[in-house]
Amino acid sequence: MQTRNINLTINGKKYELVVDVRQSLLELLRERGYTSVKQGCGVGECGACTVLVDNVAVDSCLYLAVWADNTTIRTAEGECRDGKLSPVQEAYMEAGAVQCGFCTPGLIMATTAFVEENKGKTLSRQEMKKAHAGNLCRCTGYQTIINAAEEALKK
Amino acid sequence: MAIGKSHRRKDVRAKVTGKTRYTDDYSMPGMLEARYVRSPIAHGLVKNIDTTAALALPGVEAVFTFADVPKNVFPTAGHPYSLDPDHQDVADRLLLTDHVRYHGDEVAIVVARDRLTAGKAAKAVVVDYEELPICVTSAAALAPDAPAIHAGGNILKSTSFEIGGSLAEAETRADLTLQGTFRTPIVLHCHLENHTAYAYMDDNDHLVIVSSTQIPHICRRIVGQALGMEWSRIRVIKPYIGGGFGAKQDVVLEPMVAFLSTKLGGAPVKIEMDREECLVATRTRHSQTVTARAGVTKDASITFIDLDVISNTGAYASHGHSIPMAAGSKCCHLYPRAVTKFSAISHYANIPAAGAMRAYGSPQLFFGMESLLEEAARSIGMDSVEFRLKNCARPGDIKAKTGEYEHAVGIKECLEKGSAAIDWEAKKKRYATQTGNIRSGLGVACFSYGSGTYPACVEIAGCRLVLNQDGSVHMQVGATEIGQGSDTALAQMATDTLGLSYDRIHVVSEQDTDVTPFDPGAYASRQTYVAAPAVHAAADKLKRKILTHAALMTDESVENLNLANGNIVLQDQPEKVVLDLRDLALDSYYHKDRGGQLTAEVSSKTRTNAPSYGCTFVDLEVDIEMCSVTIKNIINVHDAGRIIHPLSATGQVHGGMAMGIGMALFEELMIDSETGWIYNGNLLDYKIPTCVDIPDLESEFVDTFDPTSPYGNKSLGEPPIISQGPSIRNAIWDATGVKINEMPMTPKVLFTHFRAAGLL
Repeated sequence: MQTRNINLTINGKKYELVVDVRQSLLELLRERGYTSVKQGCGVGECGACTVLVDNVAVDSCLYLAVWADNTTIRTAEGECRDGKLSPVQEAYMEAGAVQCGFCTPGLIMATTAFVEENKGKTLSRQEMKKAHAGNLCRCTGYQTIINAAEEALKK
Repeated sequence: MAIGKSHRRKDVRAKVTGKTRYTDDYSMPGMLEARYVRSPIAHGLVKNIDTTAALALPGVEAVFTFADVPKNVFPTAGHPYSLDPDHQDVADRLLLTDHVRYHGDEVAIVVARDRLTAGKAAKAVVVDYEELPICVTSAAALAPDAPAIHAGGNILKSTSFEIGGSLAEAETRADLTLQGTFRTPIVLHCHLENHTAYAYMDDNDHLVIVSSTQIPHICRRIVGQALGMEWSRIRVIKPYIGGGFGAKQDVVLEPMVAFLSTKLGGAPVKIEMDREECLVATRTRHSQTVTARAGVTKDASITFIDLDVISNTGAYASHGHSIPMAAGSKCCHLYPRAVTKFSAISHYANIPAAGAMRAYGSPQLFFGMESLLEEAARSIGMDSVEFRLKNCARPGDIKAKTGEYEHAVGIKECLEKGSAAIDWEAKKKRYATQTGNIRSGLGVACFSYGSGTYPACVEIAGCRLVLNQDGSVHMQVGATEIGQGSDTALAQMATDTLGLSYDRIHVVSEQDTDVTPFDPGAYASRQTYVAAPAVHAAADKLKRKILTHAALMTDESVENLNLANGNIVLQDQPEKVVLDLRDLALDSYYHKDRGGQLTAEVSSKTRTNAPSYGCTFVDLEVDIEMCSVTIKNIINVHDAGRIIHPLSATGQVHGGMAMGIGMALFEELMIDSETGWIYNGNLLDYKIPTCVDIPDLESEFVDTFDPTSPYGNKSLGEPPIISQGPSIRNAIWDATGVKINEMPMTPKVLFTHFRAAGLL
């Protein structure tokens, strides 16, 4: 087994790790208890494992752990601070955008990246849909998810 | 009142912060991982199996083949046990087989210390097969010389019934008789959490299984049957679950993880399916061929509907013949003044096993029925909505037809509301004369459904309420939360009956068959309907116990007291607080001479089955040259009785509509008809709708109250998926004059039909 030393920040906490070079960022995060990061396909089809790497949304199943050296990672766990939900989490809750909840943490991170990138802009629903097309949800039909994204963008 | 308000879902805060734990989020030290060895052919016999190389890999603990597993054949369908042997599910499974019946069947299993090694070892098992002839389609499987997939032949079951009068007589009353044949595809559930389960033993004869299942109590019984164990020696735990849609209303991995743990000294053993396995080696939606006939009079009365279904159940029975039969029995509620004849045949084939999927055969059946009735309306020159309004169920019809109970019937109101919302009449006129490449069309289709499985199966539910020391209430229900929001809806019911605030009721969402009251689980859109009486009775009982204790603590009589907003108040002066429930709770637990833990538990059986109704209206545009369909506006209107939680109810409708659109326009598991090979068993090639594939969805409800539920509610989980297919098909016909009698209506299919019709 080949390993490499990496340094990274996960939800504000610093880590110095020795990782198996074959390991994905998804596996690294789940092994350390960040279980909001879900595996739905393992090959980048579903988006359930979406996290932010330096504020960019990525499928962590397709992202090698070693690539995360010197990066800052954000997951859904870290978006709630001191018991206060992030504006995106709040919007999902209010919009009724949560059913089984398996796709939810990944979608919340996709929306978070989207909102941070487009703050203050007026976007059409079609543009919002395009920004979320990499995340599958089988429960909601996406209606309330886009409603949540729309509300979060206004906050 | 909590009912009717969109209270915060009980699990929503935990879900948006990623705190809810699903099966894979639990782990145990020393957990072993197992991987199946799957057949690369669709039909054959194992001639030799060599496990030497697999066993030699470091980290491999064991390899089991078909020769090692118990010889108890077991059923897998998530139905309650039946006391009637003729009604029990077909037992046709062994844990592993030497007769492989579909591309991906399970011949051996490898257990290793980690998943990677298990996967490598599974590939190292060498299997020699003798190939057998293959039948994939219904025609091939039902041919007289078809190879037998199971010992008894390929026909699983064939039945028929006639209801509402005599078909022969109704045929003579018809001025016009129509007929059509309709085909529906194999569809996959694609819940985001794959099937996953693990098991360990915590005593020599006691097994614990943790699984992503919709049916913990049924699972316990079937594992007992498969392993020949006492049912009470098995404990099934269901944590949060990432969707099921019927694929987890089947026992899939649990008997195997249980078997492996028993073989490995009780060590924890897990099977976590990968996405590709989960898509083809669990369950699918039955592909069906529906031949529909209907008779109408000149004045637009439907005299009879005659439906004949061929249902392809695949390699194993699973829910098998129950699928067409359930849909057949539920469809009779829609146009109840017509005679209904229904017949169905279910058969095996060399394709993945079909099981339960949202709305359980109804989307297939209504595709045939509502497409043919559209033809009836158009043939006699009547507007599609008017035709349905004339024939649809009215209050009193259901009791007249079944001789049993009065139910709320709101289909007429659904049609009126939907028609107004989509602006039917104005658009009809506008779309009447269109030429050119891009044309618009309007479509409508209705459905009827049930609110449970009675009288086919027992309907049993349970609720336990416990007054905590701090005056809040813990609620345990056998009804299984799978994301649909049942915990929240049932808590709202308890809130209103108890007189507590919603926030003071905590639902224990995790199911544990050693602890949870008995209920067979999440299916048939049954839970809010059949659990309601248990919740109502338990809440009533606990309230009486609380008031009895309040009477002991005060000088008031029980009759003079009430519980409102979490306080003990005077019956005739609700604003007068006599006691804080927190003080009462402490007293009941800790007073040395009186009280005790105040609890109430009720198990109830439901002997009614309320029909629910609804319809889809769609306005779409067809680009004939591109063979593409763009939905401009789509609306579902539902009669689901009283709506308990409007936001969640709307969410159920949206989700069903999106699945229905996927089934209508692009979803299909494709299997080679010669070899049985699966072409698109992954989420890239089997495409489910993404955000950009789904138009904005509209959902409406009509206001009804079903008298058979203490809270007036009826089913809602599955019905939203039923009527998109026929409404879209009817709208494409409206736009182009071409009838597409098959789903999915992909560009390729449209091309074939448009060319045949001379449009291209």
